[in-house]
Amino acid sequence: MSTILEINNLYIEAFSEEAWQPIVKDVSLTLKKGEVLGLIGESGAGKSTIGLAAMGYTRQGCRLASGSINLDGVELMGASDEDLRLVRGSKIAYVAQSAAASFNPSHRIIKQHVEAPVQHGIMSYSEAQKEAIKIYRRLFLPNPEKIGFRYPHELSGGQLQRAMVAMAMSCEPQIIVFDEPTTALDVTTQIEVLAAVKEITEKMNKAALYITHDLAVVAQVAHRIMVLRNGRLVEEGETRALIRKPKQAYTRELLNVRSLREEKNESEKMDVILTVKDVAATYTGEENVLEDINLTVRKGRTVALVGESGSGKSTLARVITGLLPATRGSINFLGQDLPLELKHRTKDNLRRLQMIYQMPDTALNPKQTVRRVIGRPLAFYFNMHGKKADARIRELLSSIELEPDTYINRLTTELSGGEKQRICIARALAARPDLIICDEVTSALDQLVAEGILDLLQDLQNKTNISYLFITHDLATVKAIADKIVIMLEGKIIEQGAKREILTPPHHEYTDKLLSSIPEMDPDWLDNLLDERLDSYI
Amino acid sequence: MLSLLRQSPLSARIGLGIVILNCMVAIFAPWIAPYSETAVVGNVWEPISAQFYLGTDHIGRDLFTRMVYGARNTIALAFLTTLLSFLLGSCLGFVAAVKKGWIDMGLSRFIDMIMSFPTLIFALMILSVLGSSIPTLIFTIALLDSTRVYRLSRAVAMDIEVMEFVEVARLRGEGLWWIIRHEILPNAMPPLTAEFGLRFCFVFLFIASLSFLGLGIQPPLADWGGMVRENAGAITFGIFTPLIPAGAIAFLTVGVNMIVDWFLHLSSGLHE
Repeated sequence: MSTILEINNLYIEAFSEEAWQPIVKDVSLTLKKGEVLGLIGESGAGKSTIGLAAMGYTRQGCRLASGSINLDGVELMGASDEDLRLVRGSKIAYVAQSAAASFNPSHRIIKQHVEAPVQHGIMSYSEAQKEAIKIYRRLFLPNPEKIGFRYPHELSGGQLQRAMVAMAMSCEPQIIVFDEPTTALDVTTQIEVLAAVKEITEKMNKAALYITHDLAVVAQVAHRIMVLRNGRLVEEGETRALIRKPKQAYTRELLNVRSLREEKNESEKMDVILTVKDVAATYTGEENVLEDINLTVRKGRTVALVGESGSGKSTLARVITGLLPATRGSINFLGQDLPLELKHRTKDNLRRLQMIYQMPDTALNPKQTVRRVIGRPLAFYFNMHGKKADARIRELLSSIELEPDTYINRLTTELSGGEKQRICIARALAARPDLIICDEVTSALDQLVAEGILDLLQDLQNKTNISYLFITHDLATVKAIADKIVIMLEGKIIEQGAKREILTPPHHEYTDKLLSSIPEMDPDWLDNLLDERLDSYI
Repeated sequence: MLSLLRQSPLSARIGLGIVILNCMVAIFAPWIAPYSETAVVGNVWEPISAQFYLGTDHIGRDLFTRMVYGARNTIALAFLTTLLSFLLGSCLGFVAAVKKGWIDMGLSRFIDMIMSFPTLIFALMILSVLGSSIPTLIFTIALLDSTRVYRLSRAVAMDIEVMEFVEVARLRGEGLWWIIRHEILPNAMPPLTAEFGLRFCFVFLFIASLSFLGLGIQPPLADWGGMVRENAGAITFGIFTPLIPAGAIAFLTVGVNMIVDWFLHLSSGLHE
């Protein structure tokens, strides 16, 4: 197998704070024909930057400082715009994380697909169209003859992602760079896309750079894995060898995420703090988005609300908090029946039920300091001001493991994602709630940072006996932290019970599908699963 | 703040210089002006000389003095009017964005109604009925201008209102005014400040137009628009006196616009 991509001693710099700072430091890699190289690491490790550099491209404000990038004999470092244009799309193609970045919403998919081969003079328009339909069929897209003639918004997330992969294939490039292609998708949809990726790399013998932060996923598709951190290479090796015996401590850390925590039993004697009974809700007044919802949350326990996109989890959170009034049923909190609408609830009701959101960036007012953010609930609910409030704010900052003196006067925009989420937690805690609804609080964070947040939440629960209603689509998280699991599909609860009950068979059919879709660290997992499910795709 | 100034483009600095110059002249008018605002001190339309820095106007008053006092009158008036229109417009705009539903619909349609009148005609109508005293002038123009401010502040507030931190405040039980004052307003300041500059220019020109038509600031008070009107006859004699106040109007408007451009560029986030 010959080498198709060779990067040597690559340095990439970014312009920040009036100087050029290196963001990729001395990275070298080789990629052979038909080989898949996985690039893994946290946010900011430089994975996407290197992936784009393989095409001779840098984002705004960055530059290729030094080193060599050799793509099938063509030196991309310092190459002219015309040389780069000839190489891009035809020799190397890029699949982005979001379809919004790849597809123009005003044009049909097939029109965008044939653009590249026609531009590069490889095929005529009609030839390219026929080829496109062939690829759609190979990637298991439903209705391959017609699907290309739809607009991007008419396809589901998984279908769109596969259409993007097909578009990258349109000029039959030798290398494809996959930049976190499944990060934004549900586990079940992820399987479809991974199958497509495998099809391309194995059966069509294309080389690929697969960028992701999810080790289990990369273990399925990559032959070799490179671990990156802060722009440097940490470790590199064959997939199976690396997973079985990682040499570096950092690699071991990445592999060990989602460790299980101690399990707590749900006993009948424990206080029930929230009872949702026969609740239904609707947005339009015609169709119910939630039906027959019945669940209970006990004191000091975590109930995980699981489901795919669109299953109604976040809607249920809105119903419980009163933002979307239920049309039927009752919500009993701490022995009282709560008014279904937010504006009818008392301050005390509101205080004891808090919520933490998925995106800490939008959940915090960018113009406020940490002191203000945490201090407001103290002033609003407990009339705490001045020295007393200051002391309590410091206490709370310590409990979320942030040094009070450093953080108390910072603006929220001056914090990292993990720190912001911790401030959101402190804000919720300031009200001394009985129940916190965590709406996908770790989904937007890196693995290691998310792990820290989950540890913190568990600690707080152990100390203060707070209950959590934990909404997530990430089953690995559920396995780690839940005491009770509630599974939702299309607005209804399909199954609920203690964690052990739900996770051991026999399952409801959908639960089975969900559970089996969680990628495992075993490199053969995907192949085995696809063989099992082959019938459902063809 | 200083680092902001250091990074500003040349146009913004020029604009800032122009505005500061005008403000200084307006504030220190009594000390700068050599003569009195209304005294007749020379012949009609005398040329520029050491005695009369910009010559005299159509009655014989010193043009330089009139210009200096005119700066004070017009700028002060425009500033007050813009301030009032902003308070009115942004208040209503924020309420409409946060309350939504019928209140939003009602307010917006009412504002649409007012906006559908041609502003000059509307102003002339009100002023000719109620007389053009300074308070009437301020209120009329402020009312008409607040409609545009309403539109912008409503749009800006709606963008902010969908952010989760506003929902957090709602869930806490915060009232309407608290949310507007603490969550919406601080985040709406950058585009609103830029808009303030723009509206100031428009109000300034509007007052000048009204004065030109005889319904703005009444004589003998000096006001640039009025001065253009009073001295317009000089053009037929080849004397360029009316161009001086007209030029000053243009000069100030351009200066404010340069600053506004810079502000908009900063608040759009594109420079990052």
